[in-house]
Amino acid sequence: MKYENWFASIGTLGNRKKIQLKEYMKTAKRLYYIEETRLKEIPFLTEREREGILFAKREYEVERNFEKLCQSKIRIIAWGDKEYPKRLLDILDPPYAIYVKGQVPMETMPTAAIVGARRCTAYGEKYAREFGEILGKHGIQVISGLARGVDGSSHRGALFGNGKTFAVLGCGVDICYPREHIGLYMDIIERGGGILSELPPGSQPLPYHFPKRNRIISGLSDIVLVIEARKKSGSLITADLALEQGKDVYALPGPIHSTLSQGCNHLIAQGAGILLSPEFLLEELSISKGNIYTSSNENLHKNEKMLERNAKIVYSCVGFYPKSISQLMEETKYAPEELLDLLVSLELQGYIKEISKNYYIKV
Amino acid sequence: MERGYIMSVGTVLSAAIIGMRVEFIRVEADVSGGLPGFHMVGYLSSEVKEASERVKTAIKNSKIEFPAKKVVINLSPAHVRKRGASFDLPIAVAVLLALGQVGGRKYSDTVFIGELGLDGSIKKVHGVLPILIEAKKSGVKTCIIPKGNEAEGVLVEDIEVLTASNLWEVYAYLTGEKTLNQAVQRKNLNNSTKQSKVDFSEIQGQVFLKRAAEVAVAGGHNLLLIGPPGSGKSMAAQRIPTILPSLTKEESIEITKIYSILGMLEETHPLILNRPFRSVHHTATRTALTGGGNIPTPGEISLSHGGVLFLDELSEFSKSVLEVLREPLEEQQIRISRSHGSYLFPADFMLVAAMNPCLCGYYPDINKCTCSTGQIQNYLGKISQPFLDRMDICVEVPQVEYESLQQKREEESSKEIRKRVCQAREIQRKRYKGENYVVNARVDLKKLESCIHLGEQEEKLMKQAFTSLHFTARTYTKVLRVARTIADLDACEEIKTKHLREAISYRSIDKKYWGK
Repeated sequence: MKYENWFASIGTLGNRKKIQLKEYMKTAKRLYYIEETRLKEIPFLTEREREGILFAKREYEVERNFEKLCQSKIRIIAWGDKEYPKRLLDILDPPYAIYVKGQVPMETMPTAAIVGARRCTAYGEKYAREFGEILGKHGIQVISGLARGVDGSSHRGALFGNGKTFAVLGCGVDICYPREHIGLYMDIIERGGGILSELPPGSQPLPYHFPKRNRIISGLSDIVLVIEARKKSGSLITADLALEQGKDVYALPGPIHSTLSQGCNHLIAQGAGILLSPEFLLEELSISKGNIYTSSNENLHKNEKMLERNAKIVYSCVGFYPKSISQLMEETKYAPEELLDLLVSLELQGYIKEISKNYYIKV
Repeated sequence: MERGYIMSVGTVLSAAIIGMRVEFIRVEADVSGGLPGFHMVGYLSSEVKEASERVKTAIKNSKIEFPAKKVVINLSPAHVRKRGASFDLPIAVAVLLALGQVGGRKYSDTVFIGELGLDGSIKKVHGVLPILIEAKKSGVKTCIIPKGNEAEGVLVEDIEVLTASNLWEVYAYLTGEKTLNQAVQRKNLNNSTKQSKVDFSEIQGQVFLKRAAEVAVAGGHNLLLIGPPGSGKSMAAQRIPTILPSLTKEESIEITKIYSILGMLEETHPLILNRPFRSVHHTATRTALTGGGNIPTPGEISLSHGGVLFLDELSEFSKSVLEVLREPLEEQQIRISRSHGSYLFPADFMLVAAMNPCLCGYYPDINKCTCSTGQIQNYLGKISQPFLDRMDICVEVPQVEYESLQQKREEESSKEIRKRVCQAREIQRKRYKGENYVVNARVDLKKLESCIHLGEQEEKLMKQAFTSLHFTARTYTKVLRVARTIADLDACEEIKTKHLREAISYRSIDKKYWGK
């Protein structure tokens, strides 16, 4: 394995060349101990690539680096390994190796990717969570990118539904990015899921890493759900890649005035599947609903009936998109003091949330 | 006097301003034979030392004889640093007394202040009002001040204030040839409050903003306005002084003293009757705000004493500048310490601050806002949570719609709002009789407990709010204080749940949950 780690770290070789070389040499160890003259005989290597290999051989501390890898409980799974995900074999430019903390997605279980904007609305957050949860409950592995917003919510939802979830990062697997998701990062590993990346440990989250890792997210999944996406966004790149890879893409419809739903609505217009409800998705995937699943907001719906009339009117005007107090006043026609009173009591009872000064959303 | 020696010492009184304190300075002059010269001692700064040339020339140019003798001037007490040009006149008078030119009358209970010009004219100086007030307190009978400071002289009663416009007049007064003019109120003097050019009725809509401003002013609470660019935050802030209750006589004098020390009084309005409104630009330094200097002078927070200090673009201020405000916000005064002593300045102001919700200004409008979560957090990151906690009332100022700009509805005028504010302040004044504060925002914890009785329902509400909204002990008491003000505006003795809920809705923002 230590030679695989060495081979994977060579920066001058692309994924395709590495795979070619691996198939030619059979193991990385043989490449490491190859004589220089024999290396020259390999027909498809350029001068620069040969130099790169020789340089890596001289400078790279094989033993120490592998020890470090083992110490931080990171495994490397290279092309040709038994564990190498079969799903990745089919994509265009598969990674030569992936680093894993925890497990890789099981081949026998279905997988779904949930992707979407980092800065999403409460609507996106809610449904990322709900779809994550229902998929998790029905034994579908949820794959996402550990980012803020939709990614984080879908991981959380999957964990909440006692499912397995996997995060594909745009940095080394030893780096938790964004940092505030460290709790989620630990939970994912602990609950039988895994953190994956094709980048060697220690790689920083640089902007150009992210579009590349999207091909792995879509590659590992059987279907891709897009929750909220702007017209030009990473999530749409993932959706495009998924279509190229021949996967089904589903999108969550949203209001046409919301720029965050434009990407999704666009996908639907182009023929993507439409996410009408979590139950609908299950039917689409021909999984019977069973009686395990109860929508988590059902309890709240019951409570809503308990609210007095005025509060109910205000509550019905608050939505998943932030609304300012003056907008609410216009809609409900309540006097300012009365409206403030109702809003604060709704907030204290946990029905709504103030996300910015005097802007409210449904919880 | 023995052995035929004639003692020729002239002594008069003057005063120095040290921070906000007035220190009386005895100016002594001794004239004797020997090598002609003019020597000054007594811990003098260079501008006081320069007085020698001005005094000599002024005496000469006033056609008063000045024989070539050795003159020694001493300003006592010697441990007080003397600064400024207001000692010119007393030095000249002491010299004239010592020379025996003006008869033998003693002037040790007359205060002289004034700067001399080379032609003998007496010029306006800073800090006359506090000196006069202090002089009256310590039993001084007469004060002679520059004609230019006459307006300030009128403000203090029961003390003889004489004005002089040149040294010759003073000379004539000393010799008894002529008397000096009493300070009188000038004809063009305006002793009424200045009419404000702005009014709250010019703001269309924005009901929540207006209500929040009313509550803030009624209880003297600090106010934070958050809103997108161009929504009218500064416009609202400028109108806050129009609903503040008018100043009492004592407050007026107190504020005028500060302005007098800095020489910022207008001649047409010597007594400050309008509450100050100081708008500070975000490039301000710490000393500009707190006051400072080798011998500290008052800064912006003292200039807004009794009025409003407005900080626009709060998040653009450097962190250290905002942090220095924390202490004065709690103690209503600022103590500036230097190696030679510490100086206390009053700083009882209402803080009004305005800021955008994020870098681009449009958060949480996700269609317009281009900031990332990190940027939004960073934007607020410049302001510390303890500072945000000190903002009692926080309100959003929304973007104005075109329709409401066009509507031109009849809006409530500042006068009407002010009437309600005054009523609420009156209730507070009665409640806090005998205490050293007059508004709810300043109430100490002990008194707060005694004037707030929460019923069972109210207790329950506060408990719920405390846990679900992550209150700290400070935010908890802030909410109670604001609720007290809202109840006072209602003329309601008991604090009801609706008062508490409104107060809760005004609570300051919590950085931890901002932008999430």
